[in-house]
Amino acid sequence: MPTLKNTVARLSFKWTPGRITLAIVAAVLVAGLLPFVKMSLIVNGVFLGAIIALGAIGLTLIYGVLNFANIAHGDYMTMGAYVALFLLTGAFPAFGIEGEGLGPLTFGYPLLIALPLAAAVVAAGAVLLDVAIYRRLRQRGVNAVVIAMASLGVAIALRGLVQVIWSGETQHYPREFRQVFRLPLDVRIPPDSVFIAVVAVVLVVGVYLVLTRTKMGKAMRATADNPNLALVSGIDTQRVIRWNWIIGAGLAATAGVLLAVFQAQLLPIMGWRFLIPLFAAVILGGIGNPYGALVGAFVIGVTSEVSTQWINPSYKPAVAFAIMIVVLLMRPRGIFGDSG
Amino acid sequence: MDAIGIVNYLVGFAIMAAIYAVFALGLNVHWGFTGLFNIGIAGFFALGAYTSALMTTKPPDPALFEDFVFGGNWSETHFLDLGIDLWFFLGLAAAAAVCGIIALIIGYVTLRLRDDYLAIATLGIAETVRLFFLNEKWAANGSKGLYRIPAFLEGWVSPEHYDYLYLVVVLVVLSALFLAVERAVKSPWGRVLRAIREDEVAAEASGKNVFRFKLQAFIFGAVIMGVGGALFAHNIRFLSPLTFDPLLATFVIWAMLMVGGSGNNRGAILGAFVVWGIWTGTQFLPGIFSDPNFRFFMIGVLIVAVILLRPGGILGEERRITRAADS
Repeated sequence: MPTLKNTVARLSFKWTPGRITLAIVAAVLVAGLLPFVKMSLIVNGVFLGAIIALGAIGLTLIYGVLNFANIAHGDYMTMGAYVALFLLTGAFPAFGIEGEGLGPLTFGYPLLIALPLAAAVVAAGAVLLDVAIYRRLRQRGVNAVVIAMASLGVAIALRGLVQVIWSGETQHYPREFRQVFRLPLDVRIPPDSVFIAVVAVVLVVGVYLVLTRTKMGKAMRATADNPNLALVSGIDTQRVIRWNWIIGAGLAATAGVLLAVFQAQLLPIMGWRFLIPLFAAVILGGIGNPYGALVGAFVIGVTSEVSTQWINPSYKPAVAFAIMIVVLLMRPRGIFGDSG
Repeated sequence: MDAIGIVNYLVGFAIMAAIYAVFALGLNVHWGFTGLFNIGIAGFFALGAYTSALMTTKPPDPALFEDFVFGGNWSETHFLDLGIDLWFFLGLAAAAAVCGIIALIIGYVTLRLRDDYLAIATLGIAETVRLFFLNEKWAANGSKGLYRIPAFLEGWVSPEHYDYLYLVVVLVVLSALFLAVERAVKSPWGRVLRAIREDEVAAEASGKNVFRFKLQAFIFGAVIMGVGGALFAHNIRFLSPLTFDPLLATFVIWAMLMVGGSGNNRGAILGAFVVWGIWTGTQFLPGIFSDPNFRFFMIGVLIVAVILLRPGGILGEERRITRAADS
């Protein structure tokens, strides 16, 4: 019974026969399709994948340590995007911090300040929500799916709050029109996308270092592996959970700001709509596995972007959903989850 | 508003509350009795509504710039009439069947896996259904929507009294579904569902095929939601993909079940009337309370508050003791 076994945050990776076959099949498929695919779509998919990765890594860590699906994760992204909007259009101009069109980018230097601040605000909010809601439910010993249910309530409340404060209208950060970079093979890269990729790489490397090199990272992995064992070995699981939320929600908020830059607009529903790619990436990579989520994010990002060559672009979430269903049918524990 | 206006308003309110009660009953089968986490009610809502609407509506009329290709025209088909608009019930049945088949497929893929995979899959289905009806204009006229959906027993009463008739129809269907669900959950079958909800491992160890029971419960609940969608379609008589936004087609229904009492069918119905009453009533309040966004926010707060403060809702789950325990 695979459902009974606890999912484990694995940071090791071994080549089993199943994985080798899968890799070969994937490689053949990709190589066969490559000549028919527009290069620009692949490149765009990589950038989208970078944003999905930031959301999915946080989601999978929370999944691994707290063992519930955080339905509100998309709305943490929305929150991050709108907190940055408040800073950029409300708070900063009051102090004379204004500007757009930094170098080739559409936005100005204030966004570089707003990004970490928005992440910090959302991270703090996530810790408070944990204390106010999720910790109580954990102490009551309720089923994980009831906690997920509570996170659905949180998701609704957060989106409602965003709409109360910022209205449901489409908005955008202060921006200036910028030319795209033109590369060979008809690839056009908006300079903003390069910024997105840089931020994503820095954060992913940072999370990797935290998880592998710091005591807290080891404690997080141990807690994800076996919470009870971690507790009796003297790990302060409360602290682990707190840092888990700080990292997860901080990454989500960052992903939200980057998504708002990428799409050049903000909508209250943006995070909710992003839940499907996020969960698809998490499930593809195996729940609780940050490396898996990273790979899953790029698979989802590139495939859903490439699919627009043949099908209506608005079906992108449906494509992510279809990939997830196929993976669930073939490998229920994800590409990087253990078989069985 | 004069007295008749108020009565008419209340009748319209009761129709919608009773349709929501049908969804709350379906969700109760999923969540209340079996612990299945469905956050894509909107998907079944839309499938049920569109199925019945497309089967019964007249074929598209190019003169009206209708882009869709198929209308079953059941409402005008003579042998489906028999003087009592039999087509209406066939429409409900078709809606139920489509939702049941989709639930079978989704459930078959995800119900063997972790509990929360179902949540994500239902979310995916809801989004896919929405995108389908939005983009595929040939299917149901896209965002222009279907607006010639026939009404049940139209012409039996004058148009200004039609709502009274439809209220009776909806209440009859709701009562029938209520009795069916009550009977199902009081049976040994329902006892297994509750056992699965409480402790899946123990149920499996007692020799119950947990996957099978979960799949049956998921289909049963989805079928009820399909009927609810069809009732909705013939009440509003206009459908567009925008009708099925997550707030009014999923979140509100969750709030109804949680407030009324998850695991209690009377609670599900009571919750539907209470929450729909609060939702529609607050629009008359002054200031921020009538702001739809604020009410959206409060729906979320309500769900969290019920889980934290009163997990059983207003009524709570009825204690069901088996005859074996009495003796």
